[in-house]
Amino acid sequence: MVKWSDFERAAIQDIFSKIDYDVVGRAAFSRCLIVYPWTQRYFGSFGNLYNAAAITSNPKVAAHGKVIMAGLEKALKNMDDIKTTYKDLSVLHSEKLQVDPDNFNVKLFSFYCLTIVVAGQMGAAFTPEVQGAFQKFLAVVVASLRKQYY
Amino acid sequence: MTVAEMSLSGKDKTVVKAFWDKVAPKTAEIGGEALGRMLTSYPQTKTYFSHWSDLSPESAQVKKHGATIMGAIGDAIGKIDDLQGALSKLSELHAFKLRVDPANFRILAHNIILVLAMYYPADFTPEVHVSIDKFLQNLALALSEKYR
Repeated sequence: MVKWSDFERAAIQDIFSKIDYDVVGRAAFSRCLIVYPWTQRYFGSFGNLYNAAAITSNPKVAAHGKVIMAGLEKALKNMDDIKTTYKDLSVLHSEKLQVDPDNFNVKLFSFYCLTIVVAGQMGAAFTPEVQGAFQKFLAVVVASLRKQYY
Repeated sequence: MTVAEMSLSGKDKTVVKAFWDKVAPKTAEIGGEALGRMLTSYPQTKTYFSHWSDLSPESAQVKKHGATIMGAIGDAIGKIDDLQGALSKLSELHAFKLRVDPANFRILAHNIILVLAMYYPADFTPEVHVSIDKFLQNLALALSEKYR
């Protein structure tokens, strides 16, 4: 089971209380689609993703950014058992959506784009220690999403 | 997963140079900040710096070394058409003397990108992000050239 220090719990709760889910979700998800364009593979039904401008103004992208943030909020509210909380989501990603699990792990939405957008929003308040706590949270989320793959 | 084979287009090079010119006054600070964050958020990277007395983000050693790294990156941008040539000596250093696992280059790149986004939220657009990300990956590839 994951152990959270008091600092980590407080830091992670604080981040989520400070960020605008709509803005951050949309910014992070569109950045992911732009910077790592092979991720567009999973969003064939989203319409126009031809360039950065199209992606950032695409309403389906914005809507999906919200979906992702809602998923993260679930983890936030169940920090002591994210693995169980995410069981269905993991099955969804592996069996129905068939997302390459490497996509969660390596750079993409989870670690990089979301962290970068949150850092941009929070500025100096996003200290190295807060960054560490947030990255640990996302690492647990990623591990839980991968759990149900074969 | 090696994605560093995506080579730099003319546009990437232009974007990288323009953005670097803009951030030039702060590169030393950014480097120190990025290195400090890497050591804090990815503690396994500390093993390469066990000879330093202070590995906290406030450490003078960390700040100085971060500035050194950014200086080298700036030099490489000046020779962006031949990164392999530009980084040949540094590659030998990292391969034979420092023996840094090249997987760590991506970790540092991530932290550099994060700090750039923090310091320049308006300028570090997704388009600039792509080009910088590609550049840092190509840089890492050139840095690992001499390993084997």
